[in-house]
Amino acid sequence: MAELEAGTTTGMQRPRPLSPHLQIYTPMLTMMMSIVHRVTGAALYFGMLLLAWWLIAAAAGPNAYANVEWFMGSLIGQLVLFGYTWALLHHMLGGIRHLIWDTIHGFEPAERELLTFATLIGSIALTLILWVVGYLVMGGPR
Amino acid sequence: MTGSQSMRTPTRRVRGLGAARSGTSQFWHQRVTSVAGIPLTIGLLLIITALLGRSHAAVVQILGSPIVAIIMLLFIINTAYHMWIGMQEIILDYVHEEKWKLLSLMANTFFVFAVSLASVYAILKLSFGV
Repeated sequence: MAELEAGTTTGMQRPRPLSPHLQIYTPMLTMMMSIVHRVTGAALYFGMLLLAWWLIAAAAGPNAYANVEWFMGSLIGQLVLFGYTWALLHHMLGGIRHLIWDTIHGFEPAERELLTFATLIGSIALTLILWVVGYLVMGGPR
Repeated sequence: MTGSQSMRTPTRRVRGLGAARSGTSQFWHQRVTSVAGIPLTIGLLLIITALLGRSHAAVVQILGSPIVAIIMLLFIINTAYHMWIGMQEIILDYVHEEKWKLLSLMANTFFVFAVSLASVYAILKLSFGV
């Protein structure tokens, strides 16, 4: 009805028909991980600022580098880096899952659930392993 | 020739070009950069892990060494293109008003160029010690 009325008044500005959006679907693991893939991608986008800051500080000299080391070693810095590590690994594993799906494999119900669950567990496990290695073997960030 | 004189129908002209007016080439480029991103990300994580807790002098020396610098440069350039396409896709999904769409697409390009060129510059400076 609204469409018809709008159509008669202003032909050019008639609202386009809308398809159902997120709120009508039951949350599923594949759907949640699809959203998480995009969110981690966007977070990593801004996370590149951290990498740039670290590299520029290293190039600038010991004083600038000490500032980065201080921030990365602080509680907030460590939380950001931990989140960054997980986001990077999860986006990478999610990307591998999407590349598998691009070859039209892994679409059976059990397969796609397994792949999706594996990316989540895998990213958490790899993040923890990397941080344990970082702290224990290499001495950890100061 | 495009425009009103063209013999092509409007459908023929827009088919496959999509919201970014550039067709499906970016879909493919996103796959290429994601494949390249797998070994490069592993390389980046290994490099960072190896640099944990080291002094500034040691970090400068390692980051400036050829193999490490090349891996870092490849990671930065590959990631720059990958994240530029990715953010463009997000913008095109959520920003529909023409003015804000163009402005945010522009901001995306500026951000990616600034961040990646700054990172590349830092690596080159560490490598050549200028």
